[in-house]
Amino acid sequence: MLYRENGQFKTSYRADQQIFPIQQDRLFIILLLVVAFVVVPAFASDYLFRAILLPFLIMSLAALGVNILVGYCGQISLGSGAFMAVGAYGAYNFFVRIPGLPLIPALLLGGLCATAFGVLFGLPSLRVKGLYLAVATLAAQFFSDWMFLRVKWLLNDSPSGSVGVSNLQVLGMSIDSAASRYWFCLSILVVMALLAKNLVRSAIGREWMAIRDMDVAAAVIGIRPMYAKLSAFAISSFIVGVAGALWAFVYLGTWEPAAFSVDLSFRLLFMVIIGGLGSIMGAFFGAAFIVILPILLNQVLPVLAGLIGVEFSTTAVSHAELMIFGALIVWFLAVEPHGLARLWSTGKQKLRLWPFPH
Amino acid sequence: MNMMTDAASVLEQEQDQAPAAPARKLGEVILDVKNISLSFGGVKALTDISFDVREHEIRAIIGPNGAGKSSMLNCINGVYQPQQGSITFRGQTFSHMKSRQVAEMGIARTFQNLALFKGMSVLDNIMTGRNLRIRSNLFLQALRIGPAEREEIRHREYVERIIDFLEIQAFRKTPVGQLPYGLQKRVDLGRALAMEPQVLLLDEPMAGMNLEEKQDMCRFVLDVNDEFGTTVVLIEHDMGVVMDISDRVVVLDYGKKIGDGPPDEVRRNPDVINAYLGTAH
Amino acid sequence: MGFFLETLLGGLMAGMLYSLVALGFVLIFKASGVFNFAQGAMVLFGALAMARFAEWIPGWTGIESKIVANVAAFMIAGAIMFVVAWFVELLVLRHLVNQGEATLLMATLGIAYFLEGVGQTLFGSNIYSIDIGMPKDPVIAFEQAFEGGILINKEDLIAALIAAALVALLTVFFQKTSTGRALRAVADDHQAAQSIGIPLSRIWVIVWCVAGIVALVAGMIWGSKLGVQFSLTTVALRALPVLILGGLTSVPGAIIGGLIIGVGEKLSEVYIGPMVGGGIEIWFAYVLALGFLLIRPQGLFGEKIIDRV
Repeated sequence: MLYRENGQFKTSYRADQQIFPIQQDRLFIILLLVVAFVVVPAFASDYLFRAILLPFLIMSLAALGVNILVGYCGQISLGSGAFMAVGAYGAYNFFVRIPGLPLIPALLLGGLCATAFGVLFGLPSLRVKGLYLAVATLAAQFFSDWMFLRVKWLLNDSPSGSVGVSNLQVLGMSIDSAASRYWFCLSILVVMALLAKNLVRSAIGREWMAIRDMDVAAAVIGIRPMYAKLSAFAISSFIVGVAGALWAFVYLGTWEPAAFSVDLSFRLLFMVIIGGLGSIMGAFFGAAFIVILPILLNQVLPVLAGLIGVEFSTTAVSHAELMIFGALIVWFLAVEPHGLARLWSTGKQKLRLWPFPH
Repeated sequence: MNMMTDAASVLEQEQDQAPAAPARKLGEVILDVKNISLSFGGVKALTDISFDVREHEIRAIIGPNGAGKSSMLNCINGVYQPQQGSITFRGQTFSHMKSRQVAEMGIARTFQNLALFKGMSVLDNIMTGRNLRIRSNLFLQALRIGPAEREEIRHREYVERIIDFLEIQAFRKTPVGQLPYGLQKRVDLGRALAMEPQVLLLDEPMAGMNLEEKQDMCRFVLDVNDEFGTTVVLIEHDMGVVMDISDRVVVLDYGKKIGDGPPDEVRRNPDVINAYLGTAH
Repeated sequence: MGFFLETLLGGLMAGMLYSLVALGFVLIFKASGVFNFAQGAMVLFGALAMARFAEWIPGWTGIESKIVANVAAFMIAGAIMFVVAWFVELLVLRHLVNQGEATLLMATLGIAYFLEGVGQTLFGSNIYSIDIGMPKDPVIAFEQAFEGGILINKEDLIAALIAAALVALLTVFFQKTSTGRALRAVADDHQAAQSIGIPLSRIWVIVWCVAGIVALVAGMIWGSKLGVQFSLTTVALRALPVLILGGLTSVPGAIIGGLIIGVGEKLSEVYIGPMVGGGIEIWFAYVLALGFLLIRPQGLFGEKIIDRV
């Protein structure tokens, strides 16, 4: 009843090709942006920012990058943690070694470092695919683990093995408060999401999807598999690298290589799969799910346990988390392999018919 | 003897009922296949195949199952690399082709098993055929302003004309995986047409279709050949179609060429009749 | 020279343990085409079960003999692995029959997380020990040939023998028995195997059970050497390069690949490590696998990967 396309006729291809062709969707997005930029910071507590919102924003960005590689181009990657690490340490090195370098260029340079690393470790995708490629990306992950542990120059010869940044400023304004960090990350996320959406709906996006769906037929049409795959690695690593730099600079403040371990790679992959492969929106859904679930379980489980008179220690909660997490993954894959994004679009389809049954 | 004349008369009857193929103005030889031999391990798929294709003609390749017809197209396309022989296109000779090179030269193809991109819509599938001609680079595409946007719209217009031509307007946003088989075949054709090819290789375009669908597909093929002068090389099992629309026919059996010439000549060829009906050896 | 041989032998022994874990992967992949990321978790789960039961049985039944307790614990743990296999088939594999590779891989990751959680909830999360009477003292051999002799760890030697016996058993199983044949048929083509009457679900239970037992043996040996703790799950990640080297579908490949990786890791750590800051063990195996992927993706003994148009 409310969500109808009736009367919304497009008279130009430009209108038909816009990101949100349905007017109700446009309104919804504008509303969402207003809430995100204005309403949330006005009411959110410090805890909400630090525990939920900031991780959500940065992980969404990282999941976006991973989705481009895994969801749109079909190249399995288990090394996303390494790309985040390279982005973080790359940005760090530029930031501390070039005095006076502003924050945003440092982040972008970190992203470019990740791009180079990504293209290098993406070369095996030209020879192998599927789980063989997954193993190759794990090589990137472990190599990066070692590199940031042992090659002291990359850590600016820090004696403790961990590095940190402080007093961050953007355009002259300090971003120490939680709200300012939130705005900074949100802005970067919105800009990069827009660029990413543009890419996936234009020619390069179609090339990626063609390679994913059937790379032999893609070659016959004139698509160059090498260019498509390496560009997917490059763009994806750039976005993931910037996310990594944000994670380190804005969220962690001080970090060590263990912050970007293989566990993070798995989490990113889960975000993409649960959120929905091949969907920009899916990255957001997946990140929200993975960020919020542990916190939710932490709050809810002891309460539930108290109701049935069982004592739940924190270790028990973390074990339960693992179990529920694992079970949810399997359940999701069996029930809706296309993830939350598919559930969302199915819901919208039903909404178009509401209140009629068919 | 009796069996052969019976078979010949059956084919003759079919031919008499169908209207004669329209006279087409044929050009010079555009594609020349010479002595192609292809084997996989111990299996010889093609043995010493030679034939030529003239510009603007409709050339059919026929033969029983397993004769090597698809393998022949795959060699022209660069999907398989033949061990011997050469392929000459517009004067340039190659011992084996590379897929992208072939696409750039203007040879497009449909597949027997529909190699469509199942995750994309009809519109996107056909748009991938325009890929060769899209010039704007990554950065412009990311920003989607000015030249990138205009180029996207230009290509969209061309693809929409193809969609009109193939009468699949209602399905342009549907994911191809959800379409019935006959429509998927049309999308496959559309994608090949989007490449603006000079030579169109069609691998059993009418397989699995009913009579109406076949008539539609025939009409499309003939229209493409008529309006754009596209040379067509087509593999087909339906004899009525082959006799109807093709200018010349190549017959393969067990990887060897057993017939080559106008449809009339080929259907009277005893070797061809034997291959299709089989004789006691 | 003596030192080199010592390092070499140490590497071979370590490699044998990798091979054991890799074996489980190969079995499941060979028979169901599924790449089981949960293998490491299964190693931990099996080891935990055995360790705790070996501890609890004397308390429950008053039996003093360690050997009896260990054997009983092994059998109970084996039975538990069977139950795990049965549940995995029932709750996971059956619902994901036609899904792609990536989905199945992710599902096994889910199983891994789940097993880790369940294992630690049921059996506790401290470090436990498995004492199966392995001799801990080293043997000094070849005293005549090399000065001071070469130190050979008896425990490693016995582990290697156990692993070799297991491999021989499995090879016979796959090649000579009808169940083994059925397993290979299923690996080749699920639907075709089903259409000739091979009961898919039963085959999968059998395979995962066998892989579970292999995981249990691996866990037993690793656990006896290092103690049973959470880090055992990372062992799975160490075994992946072994699979690439040896070939995903080859049982002898898993063994030889494991030996090569084990030796390579130790030698590179000792001789190349000091030049680049040490600790290269964590990536050496993977970079070696990377090299193989570029030159010979099917590994030394695997089947060539064919892509059909």
